Amino acid sequence: MIAADRPVQRPRNARMLVVDAGGRIRHAFRSRFIDLLRPGDLLVANDAATLPASLHGVHLRSGDSIEVRLAGRPSVALDDVQTFSALVFGTGDFRTRTEDRPLPPSLETGDRVEFGSVGKLTATIEGFFDHPRLVALRFGGSAGDVWSGLARHGRPIQYAHMPAALELGDVWTPIAAMPVAFEAPSATFAVDWRLIGALRARGIGFQTITLAAGLSSTGDSELDKRLPLDEPYRIPENTAHAIRLCRTRGGRVVAAGTTVVRALEHSASVHGHVRAGDGLATQRVGPARQLRIVDAILSGTHEPGVSHFELLRAFADDDTLAAATAELEAFGYRTHEFGDSVFIEQIANRNLTRSDAALETTVPALTSLLM
Amino acid sequence: MTDHQYDHSSNRLEGVRAAITGGTSGLGLALVRELTARGARVAFIARTASSIEEVARSNHGTSGIVGDVSKKPEIHPIVLQVLGALGGLDVLINNASSLGPTPLALLGDTECEDFELALTTNVLGPFRLTKALLGALSASAREGTGSVVLNVSSDAAINAYPEWGAYGASKAALHHMTRIWREEVAAEGIRMLSLDPGDMDTPLHAAAVPGADRTSLERPATAARGLADAIESAMPTPSISGGGRRAPAASEVRE
Repeated sequence: MIAADRPVQRPRNARMLVVDAGGRIRHAFRSRFIDLLRPGDLLVANDAATLPASLHGVHLRSGDSIEVRLAGRPSVALDDVQTFSALVFGTGDFRTRTEDRPLPPSLETGDRVEFGSVGKLTATIEGFFDHPRLVALRFGGSAGDVWSGLARHGRPIQYAHMPAALELGDVWTPIAAMPVAFEAPSATFAVDWRLIGALRARGIGFQTITLAAGLSSTGDSELDKRLPLDEPYRIPENTAHAIRLCRTRGGRVVAAGTTVVRALEHSASVHGHVRAGDGLATQRVGPARQLRIVDAILSGTHEPGVSHFELLRAFADDDTLAAATAELEAFGYRTHEFGDSVFIEQIANRNLTRSDAALETTVPALTSLLM
Repeated sequence: MTDHQYDHSSNRLEGVRAAITGGTSGLGLALVRELTARGARVAFIARTASSIEEVARSNHGTSGIVGDVSKKPEIHPIVLQVLGALGGLDVLINNASSLGPTPLALLGDTECEDFELALTTNVLGPFRLTKALLGALSASAREGTGSVVLNVSSDAAINAYPEWGAYGASKAALHHMTRIWREEVAAEGIRMLSLDPGDMDTPLHAAAVPGADRTSLERPATAARGLADAIESAMPTPSISGGGRRAPAASEVRE
């Protein structure tokens, strides 16, 4: 696939590979996404706004440069912004591929980091998550100080495939509401106000969840295996109600993005149904997991092996996904956050065992330091 | 507009999260005080850090945010801090305004840069802020809190006053934009208001009409009360009925 290297959320020629419930594959334009939905279906999107979660600063004990990428948080509460898990890098920035970045200065618990000169933001390293580059971080000052510090000194997290520096507005989705995500919930780029109006006109439901989408890549193969990290989420009352109603009436729940799948399936795995309220998605959705709620997904085009691709394996068998991947390659689909899309319906009659709970993997203890 | 004490018995602004631009002087400051008095949680935006600290200090519980709504790169950092401070947003008041040239000038004598400043402050700033906050406002509407955007207009948006060209044209654009927003987002449950508070004794008025008889001008506090009433009227009625809607005291700008 080709890396999408311009920050255009809704390119007119954006494409969408459609994999239907029979495993059949066809090509479409993403602008016709709504034609895949039926009256009575419910589209659920992630309304998380994206934080400027990349901070460049100085490690005070060594005087060396450090980049901190906020990576996890205990909750989606907007006054809960003192403690984060964070990934650290040495000198350089997004223009260098993450796997080629120099290591950060050697860090110890209690070390302090300063960001910016005017309106300084300060932070203390409070511990490590079994890896020298994944730290527990505590910002100094009030929640207001943290927000103004982030606004002043933070930049959106980005990667080397995008040559120009991103502005916060580039990754701010049309429906962005709660600034809690560390990277943009990029499937939401496709959800604009025209689509929302058209859904209403066609009798297709629309609701949102908020999930603090985390990092998509760390530059370290060991850490990448731990992705996605635990992600807190919030399900509004209206959304839980609409999902109940949709399922009762035989409609399909369609997720705009992997983060929506993660939130809804986590809630259902804990409560037996999607319940309104806050939760922490700790599970990985993958081939071993029977989907309880979501019937279809609109997502980006993902390379096999990455965590987002693993989630797609809950929707379709490996042969079908291999055929879809071959099609994406053959037709030059664009990948990454500003790339083309796939729409995958859960393939009927998959040979699934119900032992998903036993096969489910979690990353232990990641949040314990943050609470 | 009648001067009356606010009746707290039907308070629809209690706990409402409101953002006000240009909140350190004139009408904006009066709105910060009025909405805070009615129980709203207020974040206000202004350009000067020292004035912000002063207003935040004397209006307990408010959050001051440094930013210039006329500058595109500052919009999302402002929005981030508004949402961070309030945890969401129910009411946005686009109050910050630029006169354009000061002293006022005939269009033939108006510098393009002064006209541009009126447009970026009075039209593009409110557009960008509203757009960036539309997700938060619609989330409030879906959750039943209701959400309102109030754009502060002027009779100069309608009447052709000589020397008010940059300001009048920008306010006309703001007013018309509000009407189009209203059509487009009504189904999302977001109410869009464009209201003329009338001539007030404010720094903006003093810059425009230096020799004005200030005693003939309305106090900003009185105008703020009328605008707050109008916002309340636009919010969903609380579940306990019989609150008795009052007619908006500020006059809707008419075409």
